[in-house]
Amino acid sequence: MRPTAARLLNILVPVKRRVRLTIDYAVKIRVNPDQKGVDLNVKHSMNPFDEIAVEEAVRLREKLKDEVKSIKVVTIGPAKAAETLRTGLAMGADSAIHVETPESSPPPEPLGVAKALRALIERQKDGVDLVILGKQAIDDDAGQTGQMLAGLLDWPQATFASKLVVDPTKKEANITQEIDGGLQEVKCKLPLIVTTDLRLNEPRYASLPNIMKAKKKPIEKLSPSDLGIDLTPRLETIKITEPPKRQGGGKVESVDELIAKLKEAGVVGR
Amino acid sequence: MLRARPLATFKPLVSRTYATAASPHALVYLEHRGGVIEPGSLSALTAAEKLGGQVTGLVVGSPEEVQQVLPKAQKLKGLTNLLHASSPSYEPPLPETVSPLLEKVLQGSSFTHVVSAHSASAKSLLPRVAAKLDVPAVSDITSVEHDRSTDSTTFTRPIYAGNAIATVRASSDIAPKFFTVRSTAFSAAPTDGAEVEAKSIDPVEISGARSEHIKTELTKSDRPELGAASRVVSGGRALKDAKTFNETLEPLADVLGAAIGASRAAVDAGYADNSLQVGQTGKVVAPELYIAVGISGAIQHLAGMKDSKLIVAINKDPDAPIFQVADAGLVADLFEAVPELVKKLKDQQ
Repeated sequence: MRPTAARLLNILVPVKRRVRLTIDYAVKIRVNPDQKGVDLNVKHSMNPFDEIAVEEAVRLREKLKDEVKSIKVVTIGPAKAAETLRTGLAMGADSAIHVETPESSPPPEPLGVAKALRALIERQKDGVDLVILGKQAIDDDAGQTGQMLAGLLDWPQATFASKLVVDPTKKEANITQEIDGGLQEVKCKLPLIVTTDLRLNEPRYASLPNIMKAKKKPIEKLSPSDLGIDLTPRLETIKITEPPKRQGGGKVESVDELIAKLKEAGVVGR
Repeated sequence: MLRARPLATFKPLVSRTYATAASPHALVYLEHRGGVIEPGSLSALTAAEKLGGQVTGLVVGSPEEVQQVLPKAQKLKGLTNLLHASSPSYEPPLPETVSPLLEKVLQGSSFTHVVSAHSASAKSLLPRVAAKLDVPAVSDITSVEHDRSTDSTTFTRPIYAGNAIATVRASSDIAPKFFTVRSTAFSAAPTDGAEVEAKSIDPVEISGARSEHIKTELTKSDRPELGAASRVVSGGRALKDAKTFNETLEPLADVLGAAIGASRAAVDAGYADNSLQVGQTGKVVAPELYIAVGISGAIQHLAGMKDSKLIVAINKDPDAPIFQVADAGLVADLFEAVPELVKKLKDQQ
């Protein structure tokens, strides 16, 4: 048996610290009166799709064992974004990279983030075989970063993944994607960009011992200039406003009243 | 590539003259399935027309698909030009295979905007191409306005699950301007009334493809397509299981001629297929009538349906947030109210 020349898998997981959208409708996002943004003085957490991405990387290691050499989580953001990296480390990532931006700087656009990630990937001595990202951040809802990164690197991409099977020996992966109207399965060669859909997995909670261990794991700090990139947004945000309010709250007492309402609106009985 | 060469050569000179600022020319990526243009692309076409200039459609697919779709695309009202490229490798259109074609079409062209539906397939493709051309993209827009004098385009788009609306401007240095269109915010362009000439362009074959399509499984349904239906009946976790979900909602959907949707809770619990999920991370619908059955109304769900014309909620819990947006809310046990509603609606027909 000759030793395999194939390199072990190195996985990169970009994560984003985001305002937590609670399921409680009463504490929804509030738009600032100056129309420059939303009130960010609320609870933050890791973007849910990114948690799924970290979980998937950790599960790959659990399945492939030593064939996964490293799992790195990356974030681009202000000092506080380091908390998000600690969460990723507590879930099972080995190390982290924090591209720190000033608190006052506007949130970078997906293209800027993709360029930063490309620069980071090019810096990795061992290379990167797989990048797993969330399909969208639930703040800007853009859903572009993974695709843009794949374009910049000219790597294959598998968006909206609900199943990921990696074959490290063949250096390829089979991915089931959620598409409009159903599912699609593709096979891609590594290195590869995958974006996660909700159904890919159920992220674990970090246990207390793992949270403690995560504090000792290394976080490399870089600045955008270290990477030679400019994160200034190119689209100009003119204003951020409240959506039109719905006049809801009209209750009816019975099914008959409900039908009367439907008739009044002209949706039945025409 | 679409304009005569001499004009392209003089372009810098022309653009310096204010009175003759380049008029917008949009490229609309027309998606199709089963020989039919997708409704989302028809809405994207309407959005492209709002730019106030020429609109070129682009149809990409296998030779058989293109042959089938082309006559329909030629009739689309609002198109001024139509391009098509066919290759067996474009079925289905994987981003890796189609993006080199788009790059070639856009490289050195006069297109000022690149437009598509905010569909799964276009969402995968457009950002990839935009990055290759080093321009940002604007996702899921709900309005668009182009200013010819400054060559800038202003968009609105929902952020934070629709809890805020951002107005963003792409200035003249962003060329072309990529954007995907929320289909519920624009009416569908008429599918007849025009006859535009179709022009074939050569496919761009890539050697050593690193992505390969294995298979596609579509959820079959006789019901109207969820994204385009004028009526939607949606169920949540309170429906108990897949069997109860179907047995409760199907008669109501049948009597109304409605599509069936589901909350994420119902999808996660396995009651409904995930293609039926309505919400921030699922489909966004804006039908005439939306009936939410046993759905509490988490903001992620509301993000997907709150632009519906008439919202009806049936829920046992009088404090469920869904009642804050419902036009007609009935506090009742859905297992009694829904069958009663079905029966009474049937009696009226």
